[in-house]
Amino acid sequence: MPSRDEILEKVRETLVDALGLDDDEVTPTSRLKADLGAESIDFLDIVFRLEKNFNTKIPRNELFPESLFSADAGFAENGRVTEKGLIELRTRLPHADPATIDKLAADPKVENVEDLFTVNMVVNFLANKLGA
Amino acid sequence: MRWFWVDRFTEFESGSHAKAIKNVTLAEEHLHDHQPGFPVMPASLILEGLAQTGGLLLGESRQFSKLVVLAKVPRMTFHGWAGPGDTLTYSAKLTDSRDEGGMVDVTAHVGDRLVADGEIVFAHVDENEAGAGRADQMNCVFTLLRGVLDIGKAGNGSKAASPA
Repeated sequence: MPSRDEILEKVRETLVDALGLDDDEVTPTSRLKADLGAESIDFLDIVFRLEKNFNTKIPRNELFPESLFSADAGFAENGRVTEKGLIELRTRLPHADPATIDKLAADPKVENVEDLFTVNMVVNFLANKLGA
Repeated sequence: MRWFWVDRFTEFESGSHAKAIKNVTLAEEHLHDHQPGFPVMPASLILEGLAQTGGLLLGESRQFSKLVVLAKVPRMTFHGWAGPGDTLTYSAKLTDSRDEGGMVDVTAHVGDRLVADGEIVFAHVDENEAGAGRADQMNCVFTLLRGVLDIGKAGNGSKAASPA
């Protein structure tokens, strides 16, 4: 069973390969989109590489759920995440860093939802999956 | 001109790997336009040939039920060039295939000389999502693979089925 540090190191290598970054650009709190420049198609690439590097199956919708961002799910109104939406996020993204969800709750603009997708979130997901 | 950047498949193992060749000739206009006075096959078109080799490998593995779209080239290194008279051999190995898309490792060789190697990521797109302006991928498949799969083997070693 890998330690959390070992998982972080492998996640770092994965993101360096997938996004063409330098090692020191990837920190636990880096946001995949805003800080590391990931685009939507990169998430598919990242999932492929994580599966290979950790030798595990990762349903994409568990790690990076897409429906969170769909407008008609009732989780957002006037460009802001609703209370219902925040509850849904905490349920669907149990691996998200709680601090990032609190930050979103303070400024619940829909475009801030993608800030939940951090390196820590990926590490939490894998730690949980691999029983670290 | 038709957007075919491989001439023929020479190996096709369903769901595993494929090889295709592209013969480079001095009659092709892009050789003259790319670097005047120095006719070489543009690297971008080598990439396109590699993507067609890998994309058809992925598409065939799912009986062409999904449209396969080149999504991303995470890594591609060109080590040399190919000129008139050279035969480029494109090799693609399917490293991942899932509902959302797939990934291949690819190389391009002239003889034993490595010309390019890298990775290509493809996304699967539903016909509905692709809209009316989508490319007719089946048409490309029919034209390029007609007869080609005669050399192919299905995953269980038997002769590969026609894309029809």
